Amino acid sequence: MYPNPQQIKDQKIYSRMGVSDGEFEKITEHLGGRLPNYTELGIFSVMWSEHCSYKNTKPQLRKFPTKSPKVLQGPGEGAGVIDIGDGLAVVFKIESHNHPSAVEPFQGAATGVGGIIRDVFSMGARPVACLNSLRFGELNNERNRYLFEKVVKGISAYGNSVGVPTVGGEIYFDDCYNGNPLVNAMCVGLLKHEDLQKGVAGGIGNSVLYVGSSTGRDGIHGATFASENLSEESESKRPSVQVGDPFMEKLLIEACLEAIQHPKIIGIQDMGAAGLSCSSAEMAAKGGVGIELNLDLVPQREKNMSAYEMMLSESQERMLLVVEKGYEAEVADIFKKWDLYAVNVGTVISEPILRVKHKGIIEAEMPVQALTEEAPVYYRNSAEPVYFQEGMKRAAFVGAEIKEQAEQKYQNNWIDILKGLLATSSIASKRRVFQQYDYMVQTNTVAGPEKSDAAILRIRGTQKALAMTVDCNSRYVYLNPEKGGALCMAEASRNIIASGAQPIGVTDGLNFGSPENPEIFWQIEKSVDGIVAACKAFDIPVIGGNVSLYNERSSMGAVFPTPIIGMVGLIDNPDHITTQMVKHAGDSLILIGGNEQAAFGGSELQKMLFGSVYGDCPGIDLEEAAQLNVRMLEAIQQGLVRSAHDVSEGGLAVCLAEKLFGTGLGAKVSYQAEDPINWLFAEGGHRWVLSTAEPDKVLTLFGAHASLIGEVLADANLDLWGENLPVASAEQIWAHALDHSVDVAN
Amino acid sequence: MKVAVLVFPGSNCDQDMLGAWQLMPEVDCQYVFHSESSLEGFDVVAVPGGFSYGDYLRCGAIARFSPVMKALQEFAESGKPVIGVCNGFQILLEAGLLEGALLRNEGLSFICRPEKLRVANNHSMFTSAYSENQVLEIPIAHGEGNYYCDAETYARLKSNGQILFEYENNPNGSFMNIAGICNSKGNVLGMMPHPERVVESLLGGTDGLPLFHTILNFCQHKTA
Repeated sequence: MYPNPQQIKDQKIYSRMGVSDGEFEKITEHLGGRLPNYTELGIFSVMWSEHCSYKNTKPQLRKFPTKSPKVLQGPGEGAGVIDIGDGLAVVFKIESHNHPSAVEPFQGAATGVGGIIRDVFSMGARPVACLNSLRFGELNNERNRYLFEKVVKGISAYGNSVGVPTVGGEIYFDDCYNGNPLVNAMCVGLLKHEDLQKGVAGGIGNSVLYVGSSTGRDGIHGATFASENLSEESESKRPSVQVGDPFMEKLLIEACLEAIQHPKIIGIQDMGAAGLSCSSAEMAAKGGVGIELNLDLVPQREKNMSAYEMMLSESQERMLLVVEKGYEAEVADIFKKWDLYAVNVGTVISEPILRVKHKGIIEAEMPVQALTEEAPVYYRNSAEPVYFQEGMKRAAFVGAEIKEQAEQKYQNNWIDILKGLLATSSIASKRRVFQQYDYMVQTNTVAGPEKSDAAILRIRGTQKALAMTVDCNSRYVYLNPEKGGALCMAEASRNIIASGAQPIGVTDGLNFGSPENPEIFWQIEKSVDGIVAACKAFDIPVIGGNVSLYNERSSMGAVFPTPIIGMVGLIDNPDHITTQMVKHAGDSLILIGGNEQAAFGGSELQKMLFGSVYGDCPGIDLEEAAQLNVRMLEAIQQGLVRSAHDVSEGGLAVCLAEKLFGTGLGAKVSYQAEDPINWLFAEGGHRWVLSTAEPDKVLTLFGAHASLIGEVLADANLDLWGENLPVASAEQIWAHALDHSVDVAN
Repeated sequence: MKVAVLVFPGSNCDQDMLGAWQLMPEVDCQYVFHSESSLEGFDVVAVPGGFSYGDYLRCGAIARFSPVMKALQEFAESGKPVIGVCNGFQILLEAGLLEGALLRNEGLSFICRPEKLRVANNHSMFTSAYSENQVLEIPIAHGEGNYYCDAETYARLKSNGQILFEYENNPNGSFMNIAGICNSKGNVLGMMPHPERVVESLLGGTDGLPLFHTILNFCQHKTA
């Protein structure tokens, strides 16, 4: 049925699996000169895909600072782990499901959520929150509206059913994502230190337990599919998309969290990308042992499955456990209580190989190191793109061109400009989306979507709370990847700080085009450099993440470089929890951070006026930003801050408007800006607006980095130097703009 | 006082329900797994929200066949308080302990948000701590909470005072804005909104708390 080893070589069948000539030779070397059979080739191809091996990005990922005294587990396991005191630790990771979502948005997004939740509970943690970061083409296109609606439904269907609240996220629309949406999901979990698990095999003769759902033919070669460019033919890869069952996942969570209490469990790992192949090879490699699998014992939902199909299936809701010999039945009973399969499918062996038997025949026998650590690593060529060089040349003209257009199209009427910005899909309320997510289940959500700059969850049994956010402005990163990468980190840190939390760790979801294109590789390199610089300046470690490359449609080119920062912070005292909305009339409004770095390149106003972005992105002084973070947290901890909101897309004016929505209050701006358009709408720098009853203390604390800009009014108007915008009408625009874009067009 | 929180495969508001009861020191609240066949010794049974059996076939349709449901029928007949929230309400309807049915939301989307409810009848063992027509803010989180019954049933529910909660701004198409009802005896409550989510000010409100206190008072009064 399958081609034999000689045919694979002669007809170059390996190239269909994304294996290059050079890689095929290497595989043969690893097998001691023997040609791989079809099953072995399939396993190598998924294990050596970018998705599993990071072969194109490993040298970049090594640049991230990954250590701090609090990091209990850095990159390399299902998810990173950070100590938060009280014997507890927080576990989190972000992962992409872009390619599946491009061809089957509902299941693609749903299984993205399922996969990241499994990564977290495979560490022994209870998943307590999900966030997501989504990118689509503009909503004036029917296909984009379809993808947007279905992705949201998929996340909603899976997350709600599995009982993990979806507490936050971000969504942007830009035509660079036409046909290639980005769907990144992040999960956060909590564990007791003693419950920390690892995906490792050990103890010769111990048993390998398969638990969860049965294996079908869905998702075969999913990891390979995720590691190539999308094209018209991608539609034919729909069978590579997995199908999710949140009910099984819920049972698997409860059963696994019960099972890890059993002292005879050696290791546990999710069967995610590359399913049985990846989980068994990685667990064996980490333990310095081998694993022998007997596929006859694998629970199968379809008839006559081959070894190739079973090893490459990405059927969902499955885990692999290594259990001390003699205790298999005890552990299996826990899973049976939850009506889940728990079957002994293999043994830990001393020889460091993955051996796969099926129907009495050895179907595959490969060194585990060759599949994992010894996967090829590529140092790709990098070249500064022409668009970047041209952008730098045009940067000096961006400000003047904005002014000219603002004058022409809006007669410099800032109220009208602000109304325009509030209706853009980037800035408009995402209520339409987040009210489809159960953001309250588990009753820990102190601040859900659009309440605080970061989502906030209390930690039961303690005085503590967690803050979490996902951020990336890919327009900035496109215009200037290094500065843009730093700006994403800075924004995430501002959001965490504004909620009253100390940032403790980052997970990064790196989404780019093909690394084989030197200009794309340059974007990867530079944006990683920017993130690394900010991590060092802010002293925040990266504890894990995900890389998704080949986000291109052959006909349309690559997406904007989109390195998404997932950041988590810790609040020690519930009194420090801070939200974004103003609280009391008469409070002072103070702008923290300077305007010196603010600019219009990549801004929302530029996009609104010109339909695209160009020039250079705004700047940031990382040293100053780091100091402002410290100072801002002090101000919050001293009880000086009644509300805080960071200045991001749309600039200061949008920040002010958002601080008023739903409060019944207004604001009067009295600060005499020399250049109102710039002051109101430029982006960049490291800025927040806070409200306070003690302006003198705040101004003293921040010195030259704070300016009094106005006060909170009892009357629900935004008063910009005598020109008034009723808050109700601004809110009406902002709240319904997204509905308008989707429903009216439909 | 002993409270049972039933746990079906796929229940996911069980911890939240337990947490709400545990705010009251007089209450001993325990999980009871769906495979149990007795509810002896319990004074109150709470059927929590979630997606029992993944909502497959129809919300609550499989859970009603669980062994514990037979015990629940007897428990309800004895007159002791039973409260079903969200999926718990769906299960109680499927089990025939309450009348009517829950359809998919008008608009076909899952909705999670705080919702204003009016207390339509405060003469019940669940609502006597509220005043009549008091408006509460209690969140909803469901995809199939569109309550339906025929006109005859509605007339009966209405005249018996079995409609306890009505939506102020009907979010899901429920017939006559119905958000929560009880049985004719008045000891079985089913409601789509989640009172267990609004029992702590840190989480945004305490409008659900009086409901739990009222049930506790009822039980203590009865035993005294």
